[in-house]
Amino acid sequence: MTRNDFPAGLVLDAHKRQAADGVIVELGAPTHVVLALDQGSGTLLESVVAVGDLVAVGTVIARPADVYGAVLHAPVSGRVTAVETCDAASATGACRCIEIENDGRDAVEPAGWRGDAFALEPPDLVGRLGEAGIAGLGGAAFPTATKLQAARERAARQLLLNGAECEPWICCDDALMRADASDVVLGARLLMRALEATSCVVVIEDDKPAAVAALRQAIEVARARDVVVEVVPAVYPQGAERQLVTAVTGLEVPSGGLPADVGVTCQNVATAAAAARWARSGEPCVSRVVTITGSGVARPMNVRARLGTPLSTLIDAAGGYRGEPLRLIAGGNMTGRALASDDVGLAKAINCVLVATRADLQPRLDAFEQPCIRCGDCATVCPPRLLPQQIHRAVRAGADEAAVQLGVWDCIDCGCCDYVCPSQIPLALRFREARARLRERAAATARAAAARERFESHERRLQEAAVAEQQAFDVAREQARGSIEPGRSP
Amino acid sequence: MISDAVLVACAVAGALALVVGAALGWAASRLPPAADRLVERIDALLPQTQCGQCRYPGCRPYAEAIARGEADIDRCPPGGAVTVRALAELLGCEPRPVDPSLGAAKAPAVAWIDEERCIGCARCLPACPVDAIVGAPRYMHTVIADQCTGCELCLPPCPVDCIELRPVQASTVHGRWHRAA
Repeated sequence: MTRNDFPAGLVLDAHKRQAADGVIVELGAPTHVVLALDQGSGTLLESVVAVGDLVAVGTVIARPADVYGAVLHAPVSGRVTAVETCDAASATGACRCIEIENDGRDAVEPAGWRGDAFALEPPDLVGRLGEAGIAGLGGAAFPTATKLQAARERAARQLLLNGAECEPWICCDDALMRADASDVVLGARLLMRALEATSCVVVIEDDKPAAVAALRQAIEVARARDVVVEVVPAVYPQGAERQLVTAVTGLEVPSGGLPADVGVTCQNVATAAAAARWARSGEPCVSRVVTITGSGVARPMNVRARLGTPLSTLIDAAGGYRGEPLRLIAGGNMTGRALASDDVGLAKAINCVLVATRADLQPRLDAFEQPCIRCGDCATVCPPRLLPQQIHRAVRAGADEAAVQLGVWDCIDCGCCDYVCPSQIPLALRFREARARLRERAAATARAAAARERFESHERRLQEAAVAEQQAFDVAREQARGSIEPGRSP
Repeated sequence: MISDAVLVACAVAGALALVVGAALGWAASRLPPAADRLVERIDALLPQTQCGQCRYPGCRPYAEAIARGEADIDRCPPGGAVTVRALAELLGCEPRPVDPSLGAAKAPAVAWIDEERCIGCARCLPACPVDAIVGAPRYMHTVIADQCTGCELCLPPCPVDCIELRPVQASTVHGRWHRAA
């Protein structure tokens, strides 16, 4: 294997010391949970419960309509109190959510699967991981079963476990690797079995020596010789999937392709640990480790909390707000999303809750956007090697098609261009909006094409009906004429 | 006296004319006429609501009228400024606001049948240009929301006024930011 760092990127202040003592505080079940039907993968699940239904821990409450969502289970036992639109950490800021009132009994769903996960045939194992709601806990919440299936179809035999955690502030994976290293190794072996993989590399940035040591020891204890740890330099966005593949294998994932196209599959270490948890106890994905940090919170820490726990409860657990918190962000400071309220429930995709103060947000906070001076700094830091200044020009002119030509779909939304832009242009945001417009337009075109087809078949049917009616009329008239012809009495 | 070179040149030119003529003739008979292709391209830019607000019985007839030069490009309220701009770009003319006499642009909506009041008369079924209403005489009717274009053509035939247009829920799947109500 050749080591070959990905191009560009940035070395950023990590801000991880605040919470990264390697301790995970177990948080009890909250009195009520709010579960967004978009857990962060951008696809809306379909609720399979109604208001008033009784659920137990592990009861399936929502199912995906397509392969881009993961099954969602009740994280507490109790009664469903509402299914309504609420603020959420989804791409749109709000979506339908299921609210459950906790009855405090923590009853476990009796219909849940129990068995030996390692005894399952690999294809069955992939299906079971899907039923267990395992999704990418690194921040995308992409369903693990779908990813594994795509990798199996492309015969990708190498598993990369992503423990890079390159974004500032976030340190939940670091804490998890230190506290639950054995689970990460067990999960690695489970995912390798699902993939029928031949090797597994756990990739960790060099600013997490404790995690590296803990994992190496866990590998030793488990005698998992096919799992190796590889240390990479701490450069943002090292943990972005494509960049990670390039850094470890030296191969470039083709535009529009998948890592599986170059024989690799990436999974987050937390995803592997969630799979291990399910294999050990039969517990589906109903909790996750999340970093509560920022200068605006009293005691930054990593906690394991049930999904749907209101972020306000998490912040209270971390000692509450401190100073003058200005912005609540789900995720880190580079790719995170500012939230409208702290009533939002913890979702599979939320790896960090950043309570940012003015100091955390400087210098961008007070800056105002100025015209692009074409310095080209954005192009020198762009990890997928795009020309952000050119895309910006196209998007500004409303030429979204030109932006597509310039690779707006290859943008990984890392925000490096934003960070270095001397004119303070929110480039990544502009590109995200352009992609939303393109998706909307594509959907409208598809709807129009379907309507055209239905209109044409409607017209054809009416025409055929009219012709048939005319023929029937003609036949009847002929018969009627025949019956009154002279000389032929009825 | 005519030289051989002139004869050869005439023969070559004549043969070329025959070959090119044959090719053009074949193309004219096999390929759709330019007007039809223009109609296709115009039709592709129209929103396909089939609402008839342009006073033509559907998007395709309107596209045909534009291609013949009989209709202006400002007659599609559902398409709005976006459609006018796209048509202007295709046809090389100046964009202009949609003719306000044809009705105002409305927020996307789909028809909804109040099943308590529906008497199952089936009159709305043939009125729907995209067959988005399911039903039969003396049976309940319902609208397939995903296929309804919000054209409102089912409203006039309904004898009990049990159909209403309801705004489409803002889509959350395309990543456009919005706040909860």
